Amino acid sequence: MQLTQEQQKMSDGEFGEAQAQAMRILVALGKIYKAENLISISSAQVSGVSYETIGDAGLEYLQDYVKKNAKVKVLTFLNPAGMDRDQWQKMSVPAVFAKKQIQILDAFKSMGITMSCTCAPYHIGIRPKVGEHIAWAESSAVAFSNSVLGARTNREGGPSALAAAITGLTPNYGLHLDENRFADIIINVKAKPKTTADFGAMGSYLGAKLKASIPAFTNLKQVPEIKLKTLGASMAATGSTALFYIKGITPEYKVNEGAEKINFTQEELISHKKDLNIGEKPDLVTIGCPHASLEEIKEVAQFLNGKKIAHKLWVCTAKKTKELSDVQGFTKIIETAGGLVVADTCMVVSPLNQMGFKCTACNSGKAAKYLASLQKQKVVFGDIEDIILAK
Amino acid sequence: MQKVKGRTISPGVAEGEVLISKDAISFLGGINPKTGVCEEPNHSLYGKCISGKVLIFPQGKGSTVGSYVMLQLKKNNKAPIAIINLDAEPIIAVGAIISKIPMIDKLEKNPFTFLKDGQRVKLDAEKGMLILQ
Repeated sequence: MQLTQEQQKMSDGEFGEAQAQAMRILVALGKIYKAENLISISSAQVSGVSYETIGDAGLEYLQDYVKKNAKVKVLTFLNPAGMDRDQWQKMSVPAVFAKKQIQILDAFKSMGITMSCTCAPYHIGIRPKVGEHIAWAESSAVAFSNSVLGARTNREGGPSALAAAITGLTPNYGLHLDENRFADIIINVKAKPKTTADFGAMGSYLGAKLKASIPAFTNLKQVPEIKLKTLGASMAATGSTALFYIKGITPEYKVNEGAEKINFTQEELISHKKDLNIGEKPDLVTIGCPHASLEEIKEVAQFLNGKKIAHKLWVCTAKKTKELSDVQGFTKIIETAGGLVVADTCMVVSPLNQMGFKCTACNSGKAAKYLASLQKQKVVFGDIEDIILAK
Repeated sequence: MQKVKGRTISPGVAEGEVLISKDAISFLGGINPKTGVCEEPNHSLYGKCISGKVLIFPQGKGSTVGSYVMLQLKKNNKAPIAIINLDAEPIIAVGAIISKIPMIDKLEKNPFTFLKDGQRVKLDAEKGMLILQ
């Protein structure tokens, strides 16, 4: 890989050990993926934020970087943390966990990272443009930014995204290059997905089938952004989709000649939606995977207005969105009904299992997968109106 | 003395005894960060300690948090002193770099065919070279 003079100096430690370490990581990745050079990025999203996922090993790593005086060079923000920093007691998060989580967040903060922990940064105004190079790590945000925004990122890991943030650079390979952004399979959607859960089930079914291929959807019309978000998130969870196209909707639509063609039928949609629904009587109902937009919070508030729920309810969102929800009065309605609007965390990365939850409901194909595998939950899957008033 | 060339992933020089794993390794959940002992059931290294060894395995697998576990091992003085992979992937590469463990991959000869457990070797990852004594 070719380094510029400036990059070579960074690598040699002329600008400190933190930058040198970050460069060593990027150069090694560049070597592994045969990148020819490093390119500048406009923003980074760092994953590995929840104490539930990174544990003491991750915390020590971050504190090590802080000791080396690491500072980020570009706009950098975080994946959701294991709890809402302000409401962890209301969520019943154990105090020992909370202490470690705060240490992790403090380490990121002292590196100059923006304290926004969200998987849906595009809902709070972080929307890179078509062709812009970024280094994002949360898999659904990667799928959304590549596909719906037309920006360019590989699926970064925690350490590689942090190294990119510290240097402002990423190795030029994979989805940064034109030639790797062609769809290799066309999916003719014969089904009629309508709700968020429909798009979640569709993504979950197709992701497992497609693995790392790039799909191009035809025959989908007027899909709102929140449903594109769910579709991408689910495909990225059961497979490793990082880019998808939808004819007439996504800003780019590039398909390889000779791409395979398959149908996705209404029967497949209905049967997979049923397959995802394993549990009954949820202890906890979760909405907002990926993080809810203000519109989605409003929808929940409208359902709950004047009602009481028997189970716990978390509506997960970004801090900025929660602030708007507070102002609009949605948070109050949800709290009066017995739920919570929780910021900067989610059902996938909080310590649900430790907190004693056994059965959790969701309307997200991504959450359905990780609640079962990471959090050992029985999953109730369905449309908002079916799960939110579940008894 | 025989020299076998490879590709440097993480620089440094180390000398010690070979430990071979024919299976891929997940450091998260697979290796105890306090003892360096492999705790993954049905793994070819199960019950063995990787500390202080020139560890040879095909590649990493599992969670990216594995990189951080390698750093914990190093801080606990339980890390391998060098790593050779058939094909490096990001988890082990990043782990080796942040833990300052010399590492090479893509040897010109398959290491599984000419190395055995307990054999003394020197890994010169500055030059991308494995030296047999």
